[in-house]
Amino acid sequence: MLKRTPLYAKHVAMGARMVEFGGWEMPVQYSGIMAEHNAVRTSAGLFDISHMGRFMVRGSQALEFLQYVVTSDVEQIPLGQSSYGLLCNPDGGIIDDVFIYHVPDEYLVVVNASNRAKDWDWLQSHALSFDVELEDRSARWVMLALQGPAAEALLVQAEGSSADALGYLPFHGVALTSLFGVNVLIARTGYTGEDGFELFFDLDHAEYLWDALLALGAPGSVKPCGLGARDSLRFEPCLALYGHEISDTINPYEARLGWVVKLNKGDFVGREALAAIKAAGPQRRITGFELEGKGIARGDYPVHSVAGAPIGYVTTGMPAPTLGRPLGIALVPTPLSAEGSTFDVIVRERPVRARAVKMPFYKPRYKK
Amino acid sequence: MSHKTPAELRYSKSDEWLRIEGDEVVIGITDFAQDQLGDIVYLELPQVGDTVSPGDPFGAIESVKASSQLYAPLGGEIVAVNSDLESNQEPINQDPYGAGWLIRMRPSGAEEELLAAAAYIQHCEDRAH
Repeated sequence: MLKRTPLYAKHVAMGARMVEFGGWEMPVQYSGIMAEHNAVRTSAGLFDISHMGRFMVRGSQALEFLQYVVTSDVEQIPLGQSSYGLLCNPDGGIIDDVFIYHVPDEYLVVVNASNRAKDWDWLQSHALSFDVELEDRSARWVMLALQGPAAEALLVQAEGSSADALGYLPFHGVALTSLFGVNVLIARTGYTGEDGFELFFDLDHAEYLWDALLALGAPGSVKPCGLGARDSLRFEPCLALYGHEISDTINPYEARLGWVVKLNKGDFVGREALAAIKAAGPQRRITGFELEGKGIARGDYPVHSVAGAPIGYVTTGMPAPTLGRPLGIALVPTPLSAEGSTFDVIVRERPVRARAVKMPFYKPRYKK
Repeated sequence: MSHKTPAELRYSKSDEWLRIEGDEVVIGITDFAQDQLGDIVYLELPQVGDTVSPGDPFGAIESVKASSQLYAPLGGEIVAVNSDLESNQEPINQDPYGAGWLIRMRPSGAEEELLAAAAYIQHCEDRAH
């Protein structure tokens, strides 16, 4: 049985096309991936991302616990800020990528929908050694993302005059506010390469706030968006997606996420293995590429050397809507990850020549 | 969501439509198929003069999200391809049974199992759940 978010009936009533994703029945598109993608790049789009996992971590050793289970330096996240992190196995493979929000007296950890149960069990197994309490708030909270250059100006209209937190919220900042009279935890975070916000609030207000946010501004200012556009929007700025650029069998250095691993912060799970991987240098690495021949690369297509030997695979590929050409990300031997290297992507049994290009394909336009 | 499925056409289980015109057959993809794919951005068609066997891939069609092979509902020789679609694939989404036609074939006799409109509609509904 597929799981559904509190907005499932709303999505169906509004004519979204529903698909299975990570055990969830989610909208893949409303008006069309291109239209939704463009809305987020030029105006604003609204996503239901309530399928993501949301765990609260509190207790006298909440910080020590998080420092031990994630690779980033959680001590560097001041109250009212958030940061990207990785959970790694002892062998350095990536269990999941997470976002950690420092809110009063606790931390909120947002994890991928497909990894919710696995992450929860992993965190619980390590929590025993710390004075820490975990609470799964995934079912009680709705999570929406309002993304795009118009998001701030539109959302300010929804904020109560006494709240007034939004305009001052810095990049990756998190604060409590009131939107249309509903208490909302709001963060200047997202997964699209645009300025935007993620909202957490009680599920009782799910449909009310969804409708109210869609009605902001002139008609059509905010487009409802599905997971299809979420994927194409994260692909252009080369934001990793679990199961593609990162997984149990891919380590952070291979994924070009070495900047998320702080080897000097003290002991944490995977540290020893990661230090060794870093010292030796990764054997293979993520690279962006464009096809010189005709075709579109897709996830899991094989990558061959120009001499014809199998050497890797495509992690994500598609015609990039904003860039207007087919691009891809592949995991290849490290020497071939250098810009300008050439290799072949096997498209329907035919080799198509590809050239490694700089990432990201699209420079994020975050408000700093 | 309802899709157009003209009664005078025949259909393959892999979502191609066929229109018989004299001793030739025009082939495209159905309204259901274009809607499932979404905005089409890439198309690969065979060369005029190529021959195909029933069930063989004769090309590929891709949207932002998905890639799909095109399968020949019957065997024969390709006598024309819709070259207007090379630079702009929008007609496949806008007018799949008209300006969005893909290839014209001279059939050699062999064919896959073909469906009448009613049976094809049922085939689409069966896959919706």
